[in-house]
Amino acid sequence: MFFAGLSAASLVLGLLAGSVPVSLGQLWSTLTGGASGPVHDIVFAIRLPRVASAFACGGLLALAGALLQVLLRNPLADPYVLGISGGAGLGLLGATALGLGYAAAQAAGLAGALVAVFAVFGLSFRGGEWNLYRLLLTGVVFSSGCGALISLLLTLAPEVAIKGMLFWLLGDLSAAVSPGWAWLMLVALALLATLYSGALNVLSLGRNKAASLGVPVLKAELLIYVAACAATVTSVALAGTIGFVGLIVPHVLRLLGVTDYRWLIPGTALAGGAFLTLADTAARTLWAPLQIPVGVLTALLGVPLVLLLLARRP
Amino acid sequence: MSLSARALSLGFGHRTVVKHLAVDIAPGQCWAVLGNNGSGKTTFLHTLGGIRRPLAGSVVLGDCALSGLDAGARARSIGLLLQEEPLEFWGSVLEYVCLGRYPHRRARLRPAPEDEAIARAHLERLELSALAERALASLSGGERQRARLALVLTQQPVYYLLDEPLQHLDLRHQARVLEHFAVLAAGARAAVVMVLHDPRLAQRYCDHALLLYDGQAPLAGTSPEVLTAANLERLYGIPVTL
Repeated sequence: MFFAGLSAASLVLGLLAGSVPVSLGQLWSTLTGGASGPVHDIVFAIRLPRVASAFACGGLLALAGALLQVLLRNPLADPYVLGISGGAGLGLLGATALGLGYAAAQAAGLAGALVAVFAVFGLSFRGGEWNLYRLLLTGVVFSSGCGALISLLLTLAPEVAIKGMLFWLLGDLSAAVSPGWAWLMLVALALLATLYSGALNVLSLGRNKAASLGVPVLKAELLIYVAACAATVTSVALAGTIGFVGLIVPHVLRLLGVTDYRWLIPGTALAGGAFLTLADTAARTLWAPLQIPVGVLTALLGVPLVLLLLARRP
Repeated sequence: MSLSARALSLGFGHRTVVKHLAVDIAPGQCWAVLGNNGSGKTTFLHTLGGIRRPLAGSVVLGDCALSGLDAGARARSIGLLLQEEPLEFWGSVLEYVCLGRYPHRRARLRPAPEDEAIARAHLERLELSALAERALASLSGGERQRARLALVLTQQPVYYLLDEPLQHLDLRHQARVLEHFAVLAAGARAAVVMVLHDPRLAQRYCDHALLLYDGQAPLAGTSPEVLTAANLERLYGIPVTL
């Protein structure tokens, strides 16, 4: 309930805050169809798509982080550890460097993310079995390779293109205008993962213990991998590589005492959505008219929060 | 319905540690598995529990090959206490022990009240009731081992496969755990197979024994037949007095 309330509050705040202030009354009458004019246009054409995109991306990244932390049995796992952000970044920046337009660059980014998913999977899954350490290492090595090529592209790119590239690499929601698909994915994956939460709890005991308790381990791991990749690719395609959300949100919930995956999964999706929505609202209003990359804000807000919770933990 | 190993060969990597093992384990029996480090005790238990494939041979539960059995049905019949588990579980002791009911409640999101009652009864039996709400990660090694035993008991299988159940336990808890599993097997509705390192404990609590000689033919039978000084001296390579 707390996270549902936090989500609603973050969405409302995101719709109210901006260069043109909107009151609660104006927002209510706009959403209920009783208002028109500039406020209606600001809310529906500008803020709602951005706020909805931020929420969906945050929820998807946090969900992917929670799932990958179970899959890889590694608390440091985040949505980008398997090379998806590296592949997407390389595709998008490569297309930008070649002078292709925005839509083509976005498509190249999506293609790069999918290539990363299939390449890392193909290199890790052999003979109907996979070694999770090999999966993790393959992802990390793939990411490092892509990172090096991205650095090369940034070095060679024309100066005018560099700022846009950096914004995308740090996460940029300003161009995210069609969050429908991301919302559909968020709701579907959160529901699926919640229904599967009993198996996630058992899987957190390790592969052998999970197998001895009746979890079909390989099938469950493949489902988690596909779900986490789908969530990450959707978010990256919409808003670039927003860091930190997928790593810290599941940990914040655990540090707050939410450890059962029945609550952790929906809680993570809601808290991740709320966190990114608040971070994006801050990113576009704190130094207005200057907008700072939302990935910077997620780190600036997230680091002290996690350090505080860790310090208070016995 | 018995759990049978048929012409089983076990190994890891390119090394075969157990060859041609045939053993029938039936409810009512309590087995001790003894052998040197690396002789295949854990590998045997994992194979018998269906979480590892043998190099050759098969494990059969009743009339069904274990490899053809649904994972849930297998877990309702066979419970496995592992020698090692990752320490990443964030929840409470009660939440951890309740996971033993997973094979019985797969379709339901939350444990039923009777599942929690079963878990609490086993926590009580293992003197962990006062720690039920504590984080599992905050327990000592011995307390955690008792929580792991409580989880296997909460699973309520027919076959209890216990890999070194006494590790980290003090003397009193060692005796209580062994007595409980011996009584459980004597009730004829369950069978217990446990890896032990002390032949005297095996002799006292187990009516059957399996000796795994490194790479040689294993020896299985009733405790009086198998647990002799001569067999144990050949097993450990040192003089043994029983």
